[in-house]
Amino acid sequence: MESTIVKSVDYNAYFGDNHVVKNVNIEIPRNHVIAVMGPSGCGKTTFLRGINRMHELIPNATAKGQILLNNEDVMQMHPIFVRLKIGMVFQRPNPFPNLSIYDNVIAGYKLNGVKLPKAEKDQIVEESLTRVALWKEVKDSLMKKGTFLSGGQQQRLCIARAVAMQPEVLLFDEPTSALDPISTSTVEELFHELKKNYTLIIVTHNMQQAARVSDKTAFFYMGELVEYDETKKMFTNPKDNRTQNYITGRFS
Amino acid sequence: MTQVETEIQLLKKEVINMWDLVRSQLVKAKNSMLNFDKDLAREVVLKERRVNGAELKIDRDCENIFALLSPVAVDLRFVLAVLKINSNLERIGDIAEGIAKYVLSVETPFKKEILDATYVTKMYDEAINILEDTLAAFENEDTILARSVFKKDEFLDDINIRANKLIEDYLKEHPEDIDQALYILSVIRKLERVGDQSKNISEEIIFYLEAKVLKHKHSH
Repeated sequence: MESTIVKSVDYNAYFGDNHVVKNVNIEIPRNHVIAVMGPSGCGKTTFLRGINRMHELIPNATAKGQILLNNEDVMQMHPIFVRLKIGMVFQRPNPFPNLSIYDNVIAGYKLNGVKLPKAEKDQIVEESLTRVALWKEVKDSLMKKGTFLSGGQQQRLCIARAVAMQPEVLLFDEPTSALDPISTSTVEELFHELKKNYTLIIVTHNMQQAARVSDKTAFFYMGELVEYDETKKMFTNPKDNRTQNYITGRFS
Repeated sequence: MTQVETEIQLLKKEVINMWDLVRSQLVKAKNSMLNFDKDLAREVVLKERRVNGAELKIDRDCENIFALLSPVAVDLRFVLAVLKINSNLERIGDIAEGIAKYVLSVETPFKKEILDATYVTKMYDEAINILEDTLAAFENEDTILARSVFKKDEFLDDINIRANKLIEDYLKEHPEDIDQALYILSVIRKLERVGDQSKNISEEIIFYLEAKVLKHKHSH
């Protein structure tokens, strides 16, 4: 039986009076890759940012309803704790430019004022970089700046930074849109590995990527969750005409 | 219209043209046999190359659509269905050619008596009729018509099952017609296969339109 890790209950998000996510109810199973797709402005990124309480960081942004992590309301938790448990990786790789690869990986601890013994830091760095398949490539240049790496490596470094905090869920907002096809394919392969330990929720405009990497797909349109089903089903026989029109490119 | 829609419309036209060609081959094979028209039979054998050419072209077009346009949902089901329909149509083309080759190899016209006794003429009509129904179902996206093919195919199956007995009875009275009887038996077997191919095609039409898989299910 699949256990649910993230659940949204009647979740609504607003920017001022603009109602951008409308009554979304979704259950996300543990150790799965979930793709979230939909046209620009459909509310998918806002929903993603609602999951780890980043939505509330935007001025004038409000939300109603619940996001549950392991059946607990994230609004009742400390936002920092929520963001440790639910890490996020963004569209463009954003390693800290002045920090070394090593310090980038453990930046989450430093920023939160956690002091760790050197041996433990070494272990976290090696484990995190190994998990994102970057260790072999950078183990001899850990003290070099993260920005010396290629785009794909930088994105994996950012994933390692999130992984270092031992999250349960990783959110990705268009994680490969700034990468070339080879780096994209490396990151996609990584998703398959990462789901053994984490639950991945990926917003993507690239439908073929959604089809390749995800177990389940959610389709958003005008703030509503139109359809949420097994990815195989969504791409062979979607139930809703709006989904079919979107994935076949017949959207007007 | 999106590029994938345009390509799918073109593919649909190509498949319909192939269907027409195969239907015409089957009708000509029938007429060449009933009228003992060896010229017509020769034409069928020659035109088989066009059927093969059409099959290859459709295969290649499907391959290109997969490679270049990554079809999904109804588009994906359409291209998958076309690939299988294409191969079934090509086999019906082979059957028409096979019949035409029989006509070229026999010395005398088929006797009316044996044609009547074995229901082979009726079987021809029904096989052509079924093929036309599948074409209309495909063109008009009509799954009711596609389903009607399953019932009609039973008639062909029935004659095929009774064929040995019909031929045996006929030969008891006309042992001199053994050559003709054996040809007719082979034609009956071939026409029964046309029914099976048409049934397969109907299953693909339903799969494409309703996303239901009927293959290997006994009751439709």
